[in-house]
Amino acid sequence: MPTLIRLENGQARWAENSFVSVVDEDAVPAGDVIVSLKRFLAEGEALLTNSRRVGVRIEADEAVEDLAYDLPRLAVVAVAFPKYRDGRAYSSARLLRQRLGFKGEIRAVGDVLQEQAGFMVRCGFDAFEPADGATPEVWSKAASRFRHVYQRGADARPPAYEERGA
Amino acid sequence: MYRYDALDREFLTDRSNEFRHQVARRLSGELTEDQFKPLRLMNGLYLQLHAYMLRVAVPYGSLNARQVRRLAWIARTYDKGYGHMTTRQNIQFHWIKLRDVPDILDALAEVDLHAMQTSGNCIRNVTADPYAGATAEEVDDPRVWSEAIRQWSTLHPEFSYLPRKFKFAVTAAKTDRAAVKVHDVGLILHRAPDGALGFEVIVGGGQGRTPYVGPTIKQHLPASRLMSYLEAVLRVYNRHGRRDNIYKARIKILVAALGAEEFARQVEAEWAQIDSPSADLPDTELARIRAAFTPMAFETLPARSETFELAKGVSSSLARFARNNVKPHKQPGYAIVEVSLKAIGQTPGDATADQMDLIADLAERYSLDDVRVTHAQNLVLPHVKLDDLPAVHAALAQAGLATANIDLASDIIACPGLDYCALANARAIPIAQDIAAKFADPDHAERVGELKIKISGCINACGHHHVGHIGILGVDKKGEEFYQLSLGGSGAEDASLGKILGPALPADKVADAIDTLVEAYLKVRDGDERFLDTYRRVGLEPFKEAVYAHADQA
Ligand code: SF4
Repeated sequence: MPTLIRLENGQARWAENSFVSVVDEDAVPAGDVIVSLKRFLAEGEALLTNSRRVGVRIEADEAVEDLAYDLPRLAVVAVAFPKYRDGRAYSSARLLRQRLGFKGEIRAVGDVLQEQAGFMVRCGFDAFEPADGATPEVWSKAASRFRHVYQRGADARPPAYEERGA
Repeated sequence: MYRYDALDREFLTDRSNEFRHQVARRLSGELTEDQFKPLRLMNGLYLQLHAYMLRVAVPYGSLNARQVRRLAWIARTYDKGYGHMTTRQNIQFHWIKLRDVPDILDALAEVDLHAMQTSGNCIRNVTADPYAGATAEEVDDPRVWSEAIRQWSTLHPEFSYLPRKFKFAVTAAKTDRAAVKVHDVGLILHRAPDGALGFEVIVGGGQGRTPYVGPTIKQHLPASRLMSYLEAVLRVYNRHGRRDNIYKARIKILVAALGAEEFARQVEAEWAQIDSPSADLPDTELARIRAAFTPMAFETLPARSETFELAKGVSSSLARFARNNVKPHKQPGYAIVEVSLKAIGQTPGDATADQMDLIADLAERYSLDDVRVTHAQNLVLPHVKLDDLPAVHAALAQAGLATANIDLASDIIACPGLDYCALANARAIPIAQDIAAKFADPDHAERVGELKIKISGCINACGHHHVGHIGILGVDKKGEEFYQLSLGGSGAEDASLGKILGPALPADKVADAIDTLVEAYLKVRDGDERFLDTYRRVGLEPFKEAVYAHADQA
């Protein structure tokens, strides 16, 4: 099982991962699960009734808008980076947070590297399955390397123009 | 010149420290070249044929004297004593050692310069009209908006891993000196009939192997809504641009595949959902940026300078310089001076450290501490008093910088080509030198008039050959360097793509072919018609015939 880093109040820590990621071919086990969007759309109602927490994995080419009405019932949305160079997940996370108002965990999965930490945090990701063995310390540092940011993101950081005005 | 504040400076310091850390990890072997590559690219560092190349961002081509001196110092200390101006108004150094890069970035940061986002699949350095703030043609200063875009796009959390690189160009003048129609996004500032400031937004132009003149997707975007609209454009592209094929990943391919209308519709739909107050810059910040540009202390002068007129009467070289390199300024008694980096025999766009130092001195003394880099790879002293022109000309001439050939046949744009670039099929620099030599006689060059020749060493088109009045593309024919000629391109307000003339020519036939094209033009030219206009009137045939009939005899 991949290790999980979670960001809480600006601090990255190792976190317990209670979710099992289930591929479409496998039967869904008991307990907390993360399933594909396709499976969730087909079997979501049944999965949700079984007193467990449910997460959905969104691939880079899938639209987060398809989850809009179900978001309040989801504990996790896992957004996939097929390659670190594929930046679609940043838009997905930002829309989840800012436009669709998702309050649960947004987890970065796939080719997740510490060099991307700053961008991910700013787009609303708060949980990470690093693919490069990065530790929470490395992650905290990478995510806070810049004292200022120039634009508004999905995090609470004030953009430069607000800092200047303050 | 935009003056950095403490916040801008702290940002650069943080960036510089981050990269120092990454370079250390690379040098210690903790990072492989593969892992390091995207990190160095985000900092403008390329691995070329012989060494690392560092591309320094010159936002909208604007520099002050202190910065130019620092670039000269870097050229001297870390390179072979020169730098190369690029078609994106940047400057690059071709002989850099990896271990020096952190120190170079620190030295740049000390004068508010950096190399961020001069490569990689992110929003690149914003280019703009090099005459900004000096030309009477503009409706507003495009640098204010370019700086706003620069800040917004700097380490943008959502748009730093786009399908492909992304280039903005901004102008506010009718004459397009920024090639806005062949950029991913081109912005033309204008005023609506009611006086409101806004942008014409052009999306999906570009060069490379699939060139397009970009379509206008919005006629009038209210200026205050710029940032939210750009966010919409970038989001549609980030989500829907192709990522399966590097050659089809630019936004131009998405726009062409959807059609401009459908693309515009998708942008509008996305834009409608963006919360304007949180995405658009407050007017107070735009006002702050505007005020952060040093106000120009222009003197009140007569429109005509007797000193200058007299000197011109005496010196034919000054008169020639005035005809070709001196452009009208908005302020009476001032002029915009183009400094050609295209002396006959020179590498187009190269400046030595000594030349840079001289330019810095002249800028300080005569041009209100302002220097510009143009996309045609020349420099500009934008605010020179007419009274000072003789002195400026004399100083430039001493340093080999007074070539009076702006927009003439020897003012050639050329990419680094096979002399430096790992992607090249053929050399570009020696071809440019050969052609320039044909126009070494300045009377001949002036008789021929405006003729924009552009050379690329491969289909990536960094030398803008698609939009050259004469374009030259290096191709590989069984391991030999050949060159394909095209005619009729333009990157200006009358933008168009060139048409291929015929079979590619070997290197030693190119300059002669250009000569032949020019002779053919002079034969059928109507009055003082430009080469481009003659071509547009008579078409390709007469030129084709001239070059290939000639080639057969040879
Ligand atoms: S056009 Fe080709 S050869 Fe020239 S600089 Fe670009 S990639 Fe290199």
